[in-house]
Amino acid sequence: MTRRPARHSYYEANARQRLRALLDPGSLREFLGPEARATSPHLESLDLPVAFDDGVVVGSGGLGGHAVLVAAQEGGFLGGAVGEVHGAKITGLLERALAERPRAVLLLLESGGVRLHEANAGLIAIAEILRALLALRAAGVASVGLIGGVYGCFGGMGIVACCCDALIMSEPGRLGLSGPEVIETEMGVEEFDARDRALVWRTLGGKHRYLLGEATRLVADDVAAFRGAALELLEHRRPLALETLAAEHARLEERLERYGDCRDAGEIWARLGIAQPQRLPLLDEDEFLAAAAGARRGGT
Amino acid sequence: MSWEALLAALFPAGHAVRRTGDVLAGRGVLDDIELAVIGTADHAYIGVETALALAAEVLAAMRDHPGRPILLLVDTLGQRLSRRDELLGINAYLAHLAQSLELARRRGHRLIALVYGEAVSGGFLAGGMMADLVAALPGGAVRVMGLAAMARITRIPLERLEELSRASPAFAPGVDNFYRLGGIAEIWSDDLPARLRAALARPAVDTSSRALGRERGGRRLAAEVARRVREHR
Repeated sequence: MTRRPARHSYYEANARQRLRALLDPGSLREFLGPEARATSPHLESLDLPVAFDDGVVVGSGGLGGHAVLVAAQEGGFLGGAVGEVHGAKITGLLERALAERPRAVLLLLESGGVRLHEANAGLIAIAEILRALLALRAAGVASVGLIGGVYGCFGGMGIVACCCDALIMSEPGRLGLSGPEVIETEMGVEEFDARDRALVWRTLGGKHRYLLGEATRLVADDVAAFRGAALELLEHRRPLALETLAAEHARLEERLERYGDCRDAGEIWARLGIAQPQRLPLLDEDEFLAAAAGARRGGT
Repeated sequence: MSWEALLAALFPAGHAVRRTGDVLAGRGVLDDIELAVIGTADHAYIGVETALALAAEVLAAMRDHPGRPILLLVDTLGQRLSRRDELLGINAYLAHLAQSLELARRRGHRLIALVYGEAVSGGFLAGGMMADLVAALPGGAVRVMGLAAMARITRIPLERLEELSRASPAFAPGVDNFYRLGGIAEIWSDDLPARLRAALARPAVDTSSRALGRERGGRRLAAEVARRVREHR
């Protein structure tokens, strides 16, 4: 097995580094940046540290010369969790996109979901993000989600990710609703052992999400690879229409029928017809894509 | 309140709502208006099957009864916490439910949600919170998590959280807190048919939860921050 060195690891970069490397050089313009000091009043009342950007960067930039609007959650601040201000910045960006109609909106998602320190405000904020994103979908402005950070994409933001027109993931990216730690804490270690890294990645990682059809593209852990995939997906649309949702319904129904009794991702991969499914986690992106060709279940 | 008692109170002239597993679905009639009733019962946990069954009812309403108002009855303890649900991509199932509700709204269905039991995080988010109007009975239990669990996870003493909750609605569970934050637009404390009738009579404006949150003093910043991002030059 050969592994190409990642030129610029998406996994290890922070939100601004990702945006600078993803967008055309020098094109990032931030809205309500750290100088605006839009901080969380709720964290402040708990005497907890605040971030001057509340853990999310929103702005505009160029992608191959096309005008795009961008939001990037910063996992380094409370795991990218969504509070009142953080959420309002993303919602404001999506509403701006509705008026401005850029070529696409890129959402660099890295979040544990609702910020528990301001749980109620955070949940409502995610509902507002979801509504604004779906309004954008209905208006035909492209939305592309990118997942490949340390904290993955969970909670309500895991729902938001699946509402984008297209979703790009890298292998170390994880996508789900309840994180392994939450399930282990609430249901016990026999339900989900959050320290079993292989199990966590098999269940929630980019390769499995790609095979199920949730991720549109699976790319290497390299910002340039994310950029290339985003450029390819600018025309990718999932119209919000009865026919498309009926097709999506049939796809999700079929998934339950075929794999509803599987206890492990390996069983699902075997039923997809993949030879030597136990080897999948070891393959690099090219080898994996070759093995997955023909087996992937449609989707986004 | 039980789902049977709720439906009897909402539709004195009768209804044809059945329960299948955790899912409620059917038709309610108020005066001369027919409504599609879709919801869950007995504090259901929402797993992949339930999310799909709810979406199926929303799609059926669009197909079979175009434009019929949809009443979402909310009683859920949130998403089912299991490795199997995560393996199958429960977030995609809830996203499908949210998209189905959004499409219904865009095709002219009024969406009214009524929290009559529990309303917890993920299940509430992709269901009831997608409505044009989110109402709750006074006894509804809306939350992300209880203060004790929040104290454990954030390592902030419970007494401190309780004290802060008296001043801010951002932390503690409860219909009143979500009302102040704008996440619950109305509290229906009496005469449910009259409340429902009034809600249906109003034009289908999307009550902005941010505007309500600012008006009621619970979320002073959200509306302003979003505006500044929209208008940033």
